[in-house]
Amino acid sequence: MSRAETIPATALRRPSPLWTLGLLRSELVTTIRRWRTLALLGVLAAVPVLVGIAVKIQTRGGAADHSGQGPAFITQITNNGLFLVFTALAATLPFFLPMAVGVVAGDAIAGEAGAGTLRYLLVAPAGRTRLLLTKYTTVMAFCVLATLVVAVSALIVGVLLFPLGDLTTISGTRISFAEGLGRALLIALVVAASLVGVAALGLFVSTLTGSGIAAMATTVGLLITVQILDQIPQLHALQPYFFPHYWLSFADLMRDPVYWDDLVKNLGLQALYAAVFGSAAWARFTTKDISA
Amino acid sequence: MAPYETDDAVDGAREETPHAGRRKAARYAVPVAVVGVAAATIGLVPALAASGDPDLPRISAQQLIEKIAKSDVQQLSGTVRISTDLGLPDLGGLGGNLASGAARGSGDGSSADPRSQLTSLVSGAHTLRVATDGPEKQKLSLLESGSEYSLIHHGKDVWGYDSKSNEVYHSTSADAGKDHRAEPPATPKDFADEALKSVDDTTSVTVDGTEQVAGRDAYKLLIKPRQSGTTVGAISIAVDAKTGMPLKFTLTPKSGGAAVLNVGFTQVSFARPAASAFTFTPPKGAKVTEEKQQGPAARRHAPKPDGFGKGLNGADVLSKGWTSVAVFDTGAKGGLPSGSKGGDLGGFLGSLGEKVSGKFGKGTVFSTRLVNVLITDDGKAYAGAVTKDALVKAADTGK
Repeated sequence: MSRAETIPATALRRPSPLWTLGLLRSELVTTIRRWRTLALLGVLAAVPVLVGIAVKIQTRGGAADHSGQGPAFITQITNNGLFLVFTALAATLPFFLPMAVGVVAGDAIAGEAGAGTLRYLLVAPAGRTRLLLTKYTTVMAFCVLATLVVAVSALIVGVLLFPLGDLTTISGTRISFAEGLGRALLIALVVAASLVGVAALGLFVSTLTGSGIAAMATTVGLLITVQILDQIPQLHALQPYFFPHYWLSFADLMRDPVYWDDLVKNLGLQALYAAVFGSAAWARFTTKDISA
Repeated sequence: MAPYETDDAVDGAREETPHAGRRKAARYAVPVAVVGVAAATIGLVPALAASGDPDLPRISAQQLIEKIAKSDVQQLSGTVRISTDLGLPDLGGLGGNLASGAARGSGDGSSADPRSQLTSLVSGAHTLRVATDGPEKQKLSLLESGSEYSLIHHGKDVWGYDSKSNEVYHSTSADAGKDHRAEPPATPKDFADEALKSVDDTTSVTVDGTEQVAGRDAYKLLIKPRQSGTTVGAISIAVDAKTGMPLKFTLTPKSGGAAVLNVGFTQVSFARPAASAFTFTPPKGAKVTEEKQQGPAARRHAPKPDGFGKGLNGADVLSKGWTSVAVFDTGAKGGLPSGSKGGDLGGFLGSLGEKVSGKFGKGTVFSTRLVNVLITDDGKAYAGAVTKDALVKAADTGK
């Protein structure tokens, strides 16, 4: 049990809500300022640039690729730059985005423990539950930030390289460019929410070990394993419960009318993972002995 | 680190009274409880929702069939789940091509061509969306992961749009009317209409209670062939109690096991669909394929995955009722390329089938859980939802 919790409750100054915000702000700034985080965001921002340039070079002669191969929406990019946002998210969601989130989430507790700074954080009258919540909020903020980096980078490249205008949904109906932008924002938020499950998983792994590297490697390893299992047809009975199973359902937002079934399943599944692994991380973190 | 950890553990054990141990266990119980609640919810909610068949006034089978016939639903939108299990090896498009057989028109290779898309419905599970607003406007979409294939019929135009390859298929027809309904048999109603055509004195038709389909109260109509020789075990049709619209269609084979064909609405609304759903302009940069003007027969694109009582285009039908067998000329004299003559593919196809002989000569029978097809060596094909013996007998008499 930590020292902070053994002090009689009367001696504790009740931290104000603003104090929690201060803790969150310092966590956010520390996380985002790390070179590691900046490098991850840089890689994420580079993916849409690469996709955009590749499509531009390939279709320079005017002959569009009609083979239907590659990530979703890729055949549409030459006609409307906004589709680069959807293609970039479809290309990064299976691996790049969750890997970045896994690194940040795995590092959250274990990294502090490995660097020997965790006990100083706990000396402050924050309480372990509050610290864990702050860490999880920081990781979720990173989910949103990483997704937005991909989306904004793709939008900029799309605007620079390709024409814009009204767009055709995958159901064949037309929507205005403004509505298309709205849907792009909605899709980015859904993609960010899709990462909540892997964030909770990473945080739980992070409370199990004192080594940041071990936690990151385990989280990313679990991600890859589950992605592979999700492809094995014999496991189809289990697959609806794998966290990446409904990830690509964000494309259903481009149907007209929107097909909500899989989107709702995806969000429900992410909430379930967040609840299970979040509470497991809490149970582990509030009862374990912290020596470093 | 090890010595310190040991110290800590000892220290912790001394500090930790049984009370603290209980608290630790209680905290770990939280995630376990969350899993338990989730599992219970996932397991119980569908069971609870499914329980309690609706209480509807009694109705005779005759009245129910009349109700279906009188049903005049003009506006409709909904989601249809279709799953087929013919017991075919998973050949993807090839299986579909075999099933639609010689009735296929000359394909032009566009992936937006309805003929190349809708044959995929013959195997596996698919989600479709349908929308109808009167006889002039229909839309059918095949939902795939990250893409969609839409078939839009609006007045004289029929558009096919494949969002994956960004290709468009277009055909126009001067004679407006029901003749060129763009919709292939994909809704429970289409299948129910086909099944009810086969109802005659060789069939037992009963009302088999009620059920809920897509949140609507429905009667269950059970159709069972009494003839021997057919592979059809039973057909169950759920009919909406209010509108008389068939909502679910299930075909089980006589050999038992899972349904061969299960088509049902998972969500349905009888409100007018948005007008924008039926307007289509080819997106910029899309490759548009125009249909060449062809006879009305060729415009009936849809493959017929049902096989009962239904002649294929240009085919003769032997026998009647459930044991009807369609006969058509494959045009390939010498029949199926067999053995060394047809090369690898011929040998492969031959290995899937079973060699039979009779008064008609020699041939190969290809079996599925529902439809059997006999291709004779002189190039004739016999197909029907009948047993292999019945197929050979039909070939003998039809000679």
